[in-house]
Amino acid sequence: MRPWLEKQLHLIDFTLASLARRKTKNVGLLLAYTLIVFVLASLSLFTHALRSEASYVLAGSPEVILQRMVAGRHDLIPPGYLDKIGRIRGVQKKEGRLWGYYYDPVVNANYTFMARPASEVADGTIMVGSALARERGLAPNNTISFRSYAGKLFGFTVAAVLSPDSELLSADLVLLSESDFRRFFEYPEGHYTDIALSVANPQEVRTVAAKLSAALPDSRPILREEVLRTYQSLFDWREGIVLTVLAGAILAFAILAWEKASGLSAEERREIGILKAIGWETGDVIRMKVWEGLVISLTAFLLGGIAAYVHVFHFGAAVFAPVLKGWSVLYPRFTLVPAVDGLQIATLFFFTVVPYTAAVLVPIWRAAITDPDAVMRA
Amino acid sequence: MRPSALVLALLAGLALAFAFIFGHFSGSTATDAERLAANRALVEHYGLTDLALFTEARYTRHPSQADLHSAFQDHPAALEHFPTGSLVSPRSLPLFRDAPLAGKTTSPD
Repeated sequence: MRPWLEKQLHLIDFTLASLARRKTKNVGLLLAYTLIVFVLASLSLFTHALRSEASYVLAGSPEVILQRMVAGRHDLIPPGYLDKIGRIRGVQKKEGRLWGYYYDPVVNANYTFMARPASEVADGTIMVGSALARERGLAPNNTISFRSYAGKLFGFTVAAVLSPDSELLSADLVLLSESDFRRFFEYPEGHYTDIALSVANPQEVRTVAAKLSAALPDSRPILREEVLRTYQSLFDWREGIVLTVLAGAILAFAILAWEKASGLSAEERREIGILKAIGWETGDVIRMKVWEGLVISLTAFLLGGIAAYVHVFHFGAAVFAPVLKGWSVLYPRFTLVPAVDGLQIATLFFFTVVPYTAAVLVPIWRAAITDPDAVMRA
Repeated sequence: MRPSALVLALLAGLALAFAFIFGHFSGSTATDAERLAANRALVEHYGLTDLALFTEARYTRHPSQADLHSAFQDHPAALEHFPTGSLVSPRSLPLFRDAPLAGKTTSPD
């Protein structure tokens, strides 16, 4: 064991000396390599964490939401519609919901208004999301007025600001009483925006949806599993979009790494010739180059991975924030719970470290089996 | 110290740091778990369906509740005009989504 270890240490010593001779080139390669790993790992960590958080919190959303469609568009639920649903076996609770959008010209942002029972929000008061409160400079007991779509001015007292921890869900939320909601939007009495149904047994949700479609052909049931699937595909899509944007940079790096790893410079070729001439075996030359590939790619992978973790979970993925934000004025501030998928890390390792180390081998093997004299003269 | 030992020590240190960070710090702490549970309770209580990531248009604020033809929802042939439209994917629908309902509706398809 000892002589083998000693031999490897000597090989690494020689490799490092060889790398140091082309310092600028190798440091540049290491930096570019680390940067690519950093970007790919950040993207993967960020989307995975967001996906996990979305699927965890949205698992609490209503089992079925029933919308009414008119000419293919979402329309109000008319009076009596709830009764038409009747008693469907498995449905524990059904309630009409009132919610809508309000455009605030003061900050050029859209808010989501949602009615709550008077026991939760008293008439004349509202509860607001913390991003909205931040944007409008609101605190509890402050007064704010909104001009309704009918042109009337309505004043509300802020009863509470929702927890900043829930910003990812409630950034733009305005909760107000049902009567305030109806007066503000001039919502016709007895009408609702949609209906939320809770189904006790998850196995029965699809059957309930089928029964709803049969009883109310103009309705569109949206299942909780569809909500969750929407978010899975949304983050997959976004990951894909960023990857597409980065594709040019990744390809450029792949070409650089391939060029560096597979093409031997005249100097390297001569070095191999000399090593062979002084008695190195083909196996030793290959081992030396494998060490070179491993040292560069492992360092880049580990450095890039650690930097990506810090970037995503401590600096809020600042690099991707512009891609995420779009043009929204109200954007939630949130910290993600570190969720790491071992398979993702393994995939990243496989696609960054292995190809580079492997790419090093072929030209070296070709040069190492050639006659030293021919190699040196070439 | 010979260079090889130095580099191997450095690599081992980095690998340990990597394993520690990804292994130890990953997963939710008690505070995180509390926050997630509170958010889930909020979702349950208010019946929320979507994340407030994109608030500019109704179909990006509530993608799960949006019309299936949102790109053309303002008028026929109206092209997407909100920038996040390109960042929010279309809803993924399983093939033959309405197959279980075939023949069960009272009105013809």
